[in-house]
Amino acid sequence: MDTRELRFTVEELLHAYVRCIDSDRLEEWPEFFTDPCVYEVMPRENAEQGLPIAMMYCDSRGMLRDRVVAQRKANIYAPHGYRHLLSAVSVTGYADGAASVHANYAVYRTFFDAVHYGHSELFSVGEYRDTIVFENGVAKFREKRVLVDTARILSLLVTPL
Amino acid sequence: MSGAVNHQFALPVSLQWPDDAARVPYQVFLDPAMYAREQECLFRGPIWNYVALEAELPNPQDFKTSFVGDTPIVVTRDKEGGLHAFVNRCAHRGALVCRDLRGNRPTHVCVYHQWSYDLHGNLTGVPFRKGVNGAAGMPEDFQPSQHGLRQLQVATYNGLIFVSFDPQVEPLTEYLGPDIRAGLDRLFHRPVQVLGHSRQFISANWKLYAENTRDPYHASLLHLFHATFGMYRSSQGGGVALDARGRHSSMHAYRKTETEELSAYKNTDLRSYQDKYALADPTLLQGRPEFPGLMIQAIFPNLTVQQIQNTLAVRQSIPRGPEQFELVFTFFGYEDDDAEMRAIRRKQANLVGPAGLISMEDGHATEIVQQAIQCDQEATSIAIMGGREVGGEESLITETGIRGFWRYYRELLGIAGAGKVQKEHGAQENGTWTHENYASR
Ligand code: FES
Ligand SMILES: [Fe+2]
Repeated sequence: MDTRELRFTVEELLHAYVRCIDSDRLEEWPEFFTDPCVYEVMPRENAEQGLPIAMMYCDSRGMLRDRVVAQRKANIYAPHGYRHLLSAVSVTGYADGAASVHANYAVYRTFFDAVHYGHSELFSVGEYRDTIVFENGVAKFREKRVLVDTARILSLLVTPL
Repeated sequence: MSGAVNHQFALPVSLQWPDDAARVPYQVFLDPAMYAREQECLFRGPIWNYVALEAELPNPQDFKTSFVGDTPIVVTRDKEGGLHAFVNRCAHRGALVCRDLRGNRPTHVCVYHQWSYDLHGNLTGVPFRKGVNGAAGMPEDFQPSQHGLRQLQVATYNGLIFVSFDPQVEPLTEYLGPDIRAGLDRLFHRPVQVLGHSRQFISANWKLYAENTRDPYHASLLHLFHATFGMYRSSQGGGVALDARGRHSSMHAYRKTETEELSAYKNTDLRSYQDKYALADPTLLQGRPEFPGLMIQAIFPNLTVQQIQNTLAVRQSIPRGPEQFELVFTFFGYEDDDAEMRAIRRKQANLVGPAGLISMEDGHATEIVQQAIQCDQEATSIAIMGGREVGGEESLITETGIRGFWRYYRELLGIAGAGKVQKEHGAQENGTWTHENYASR
């Protein structure tokens, strides 16, 4: 794959990924990953100290699905939506059919609950450190490590970043 | 107002709180005057505040910054391995001396005018103290020994570090009491290793979280993960032990047999009963037998110690003004954990913390209380599940730990009648009051 085509494919995948979350199609979210996979939401604080505990850590598509079912059916939180802003997407390497990709993200969260209806806030900023592979010609995340600058989570984190 | 001691911050004159630890006026979650009084009488009073795990400061000259209430402090380890704590506010003109979260350094130097302090908090250097080029320096009578950082009492139990502003505070082991010590002996029986931190900033008064961690009643009703995925947690057996003063709560839960649980569950009509979902990947919950059941210890005022399956953590809650607090989770395992155990702990960490599948609701629950109480400061909550008494319970359907917390809180803040025999104060609950002798329990 030539560099421009790879870059285009990577950007398409990232855009489709954030659109999926931002338009609340969470049931489709696990399909962006291979199985097994790694999806991790890691405070930079821990990463920098080499500590293993993340806020979310899933190593299969099943675990991603369970997160979504829990969010829809079990967990209780103020209803909200996200808008992701993506920037500085860079393909940092490509070997054995796997692309390493870094990208910055910012997520604004807007509340739909009775008290805060329509209130938006900057919820999280950080970096995606992804490994993207092709499964039957379709780009998927084999690893998506969300390195979170905003270690101090406002209220709670339930919708994936 | 307390008669015996003169406090700088008075209780608000508007506070109406009859002698009852089961009914709490919402004012205590809102009023800046209550907050100031708490900082003085509670956080800087005759109690021990958790600030760090020793495992966070393993080496000589390591330090960690933390808070006692809203007072910034530094915890240090000296060259001989001893632990110290001091207020993180320069004796010169009040700047934060140590501006980092954690690290290692032999002295702490304020950046503003470079006054420097040793690891005990003693002032060891003042630039231009003798003047320069004939210009005057500090006055002759300036004594550095009188201008150190305020030093706090430090004590440890099984590797947990506590500090106190009060030199007369009771010994830490007595403060904790036998039930808390037994729980800490169970979890901290061999060297621990810190596995990570997570932080939550919650828009609610810190005491709503103190209530939450002493409230097993909500566990199966607010947290629906287990029920949703067909694990019938609500019929767990267990109980609550309180220390003699009611301030700490030690909650244990154990699982009944599957059949017992299922039938108990299906006979009730709770929204928490569903059986149509199964985990697509149950490895989330596959742990290793390590401890029986589950343990949550709420240690007054600001520490929660948890063992949920193989997830071990301490949580420090830090007040950030009357209507906000921060919750800092420190996850740990043991130094001798093998790779598989480490992987189990990493995966099960999904259960708790800001994105905790079984517990993310706690912070939210405190926030929706804070949102709804804004306008009625004199109205009260009611926490009489399991009775009106303060004491241990062989049941999880109880609010006894909440009553214990408030009873001790009233005592510390010098709210009239605290700790005394409860007197009748008007018709309550259709006149069906029973009088409990709080003091004798
Ligand atoms: S304020 Fe710290 S040296 Fe002046
Ligand atoms: Fe809870």
